[in-house]
Amino acid sequence: MSDPNLSWSNQHFDVVVIGGGVVGAALLRRFTLEGAKALLLEKAPDILDGASKGNSAILHTGFDAPTDSVEHWCIRQGRKEFLDIHEALGLPLVKTGALVVAWSKEEQQRLPSLLEKANANGVDDVRMLSRAEIQQREPALAPGVTGGFEVPQEYIIDPWTTPYAYLLQALCNGATVTRNSEVLEGSFDGAQWHLKTTTGQCTADVVINAAGLYGDTLEQRLIGRSAFSIRPRKGQFVVYDKAASALLSSILLPVPTETTKGIVLTRTVFGNLLVGPTAEEQDSREDWSTDSQTLEMLHATAVRMLPALADIPITATYAGVRPATEEKEYRIRALADQRYVAVGGIRSTGLSSALGIAQYVYNLYQREIGAAHKAIAEPAIPSELPQISEYGPRLWQAADNGGIVCHCELVTQADIDRALCGPLPAKTLAGLKRRTRATMGRCQGFYCTARLAALSEQHLDEPIAEHYE
Amino acid sequence: MNKEVAIIGGGPSGLAAATTLKRLGVERVTLIEREAQAGGIPRHCGHPPFGMREFGRVLDGPRYARRLVERADKLGVDIRCSTSVVSLQPHGVLTLSDNNGQSHLKAERVVLATGVREGSRAARFIGGDRTRGIVSTGALQSLVYLEKMRPFKRPIIIGSELVSFSALLTCQHAGIKPCAIIEQNPRITARLFALGLPFVRGVSVMTHTEVVRILGDGRVTGVVVRNLNSGKEETIDADGVIVSGRFTPESTLARMGGLMLDPASGGAAVDQYGRTSDSRIFVAGNALRPVETAGWSWREGVKIGQLLAEDLLNEPADTLPECSIMVHEPIRYVVPQRIRLPLSKNNLGDVQLRVSRPVKGKLFVKINGKMIWSRRLHSLPERRITIPIKIFSVLDGGEAIEIGLSE
Repeated sequence: MSDPNLSWSNQHFDVVVIGGGVVGAALLRRFTLEGAKALLLEKAPDILDGASKGNSAILHTGFDAPTDSVEHWCIRQGRKEFLDIHEALGLPLVKTGALVVAWSKEEQQRLPSLLEKANANGVDDVRMLSRAEIQQREPALAPGVTGGFEVPQEYIIDPWTTPYAYLLQALCNGATVTRNSEVLEGSFDGAQWHLKTTTGQCTADVVINAAGLYGDTLEQRLIGRSAFSIRPRKGQFVVYDKAASALLSSILLPVPTETTKGIVLTRTVFGNLLVGPTAEEQDSREDWSTDSQTLEMLHATAVRMLPALADIPITATYAGVRPATEEKEYRIRALADQRYVAVGGIRSTGLSSALGIAQYVYNLYQREIGAAHKAIAEPAIPSELPQISEYGPRLWQAADNGGIVCHCELVTQADIDRALCGPLPAKTLAGLKRRTRATMGRCQGFYCTARLAALSEQHLDEPIAEHYE
Repeated sequence: MNKEVAIIGGGPSGLAAATTLKRLGVERVTLIEREAQAGGIPRHCGHPPFGMREFGRVLDGPRYARRLVERADKLGVDIRCSTSVVSLQPHGVLTLSDNNGQSHLKAERVVLATGVREGSRAARFIGGDRTRGIVSTGALQSLVYLEKMRPFKRPIIIGSELVSFSALLTCQHAGIKPCAIIEQNPRITARLFALGLPFVRGVSVMTHTEVVRILGDGRVTGVVVRNLNSGKEETIDADGVIVSGRFTPESTLARMGGLMLDPASGGAAVDQYGRTSDSRIFVAGNALRPVETAGWSWREGVKIGQLLAEDLLNEPADTLPECSIMVHEPIRYVVPQRIRLPLSKNNLGDVQLRVSRPVKGKLFVKINGKMIWSRRLHSLPERRITIPIKIFSVLDGGEAIEIGLSE
């Protein structure tokens, strides 16, 4: 296994993936398993720190994706591969199914065409439901629902452990991941790439741009122009306490519009219920802020659909920023003569499609660039993945867990040790939270901040607190 | 009496209930505390005044907590620290977790003494950047008093309840210099004399002001506030935010265990004996409502201990007639929420209530529309208001009780 601190610098790689989000993680895994010597460069202190950190954690079927688009293909393939590997990797999956629900005559009228599209997209188990059937399935739903249809195979997954597992599997099969490494310069000399980063330099046969929100600026930096431009789209979310998850069984999808899938109400694998996202166009790629009016609007929307939510504590709020572009389609293309692949514009569906994108890009790489490797016959499986799904075994149930540190989310000292000392350890508080869920519950650190500060003191780049005299 | 009582939470009310039960001859009293040491919130309030009611002298929080624990220990309460109650099942079965993993405990009666937590930034919908350096008073105090650490040097404090001034004291202890206290209401919530306290000097108290957003880039850099009179916004430079007060009972076990909750108090709904909708399960202390002093919570714990010792002599009874208490604005909540008949002399003693805004008028109790009790009331939010429970001795069962305020 490669030590991320070990000098990757001055080495040559078959492939360098730039960007440690869910897409970069899936790419690194795919190329590594296919036998390539691969490196992932992440500019942030920790992985999954961009677009991948705020999504709705749904494994989509692609029922409403643009038919025959690259996005559609990637969702279908990505989902299929996820279902094949999630058990072996120990990744949670809750087979909730989804209901697309109409609340007005106008929405009701759009249902048949959506159903037709689902069929055209190869999702053929969708089925129209009457108002009574919906109410029977979801008795806590407000009475205003007019009808809808079910999409039985929309599921919920873990948005953080999933890409983390892809990276860990890449690592234990020989890949290298380095953080705090922003690509400052890159040039292709006709034979290979020369990359200079904030922490070192290397050469590579092929460079893959999976820089998410910075995909266009990176492309500019690497090849002097960019074929797409990122139009950041913010989505705010409100998360409800665990009691709320008993109120809803399926994912509740609204009737989508042209630009957005709309505001979703869904359980999470962590046992919560979340509502969101909004779709707010903004210029900034770095504005992850929430605002109270929007949060109140989301809460009101959620309560309108599920009235019992009014009395359930709100545990968290957050915003994600999707790297949309001027077009709806994914912006994936290979420049064979420059040995460069761009994977841009992966919007809301990235978590579902990432493994499919990785297959698509690998096919492109073989076809367009003509590279070939010998795939690893029996890939190693990473051990000691976070066990933070409410629907799977947890360390608090097992012996020698060191005791619970975060009581709201039942995070033990063993969970925290694992996150701080594993092969790709947390380097920021945010990274620690994503790996363990510590402080992410209803008290938001009221009880565990002090203990967490003490436990993580020697590990984080920026400590939670400092000692004073 | 060889029946087991389990007490969840080792703060003042839980320790008081446990101690009282032992004194009254209950043999098996197990107190489950999730922290490494019992004592509860006072453990990390490194300042006085604590202990007047209990020990007849003024102590600081940690000393007070230690004495409560010692007393319980001496009387033979089985205190299990570093043990969490993960869930509550019917018939008094608790799922526990500790270093050895999962286990179960069955008790004849259970006391929820789980206390309160402060309302988080998320729960208040305070917008802005998501960044390090935003903590509750509870987190700040445990950082300072238990770990000798500080998360910032110049924060602002959101809220002006008693606890907000406690946060200020904690800051002073750690060499932290808060720059402002931000209060949404036109006046501070704590008693006004707090403003005259020496440690408040140099801190600007901004009333009728709301936080618009928190600014930060990895860590807090400032806070944008808006004056609600003028509508004017300004940015205050700060490296942290203390989100203080707006307590809510820690009712997760009750909620997930299917007990009836009172959305107004945030706690489990109880009768005048502190008994929940599951007649084996009782509540004591701040888990009943937000928020009371350690001394008051301790007194409630003693009461609940006495009531439980009596209750253990009988089988848990579910089918007694009861009357719910209805309240409306400006009364924010009432505890207990219902009166169960027959009304025994030994009960919590008072109906407690709070108002949601400053009030002046007549507080009254009506039974079936007929006024049976009233008194003049001039009060403010977060002030303790009580009505003696004995006035309900006229109930026969089935009546409608209304507590209201005419202004």
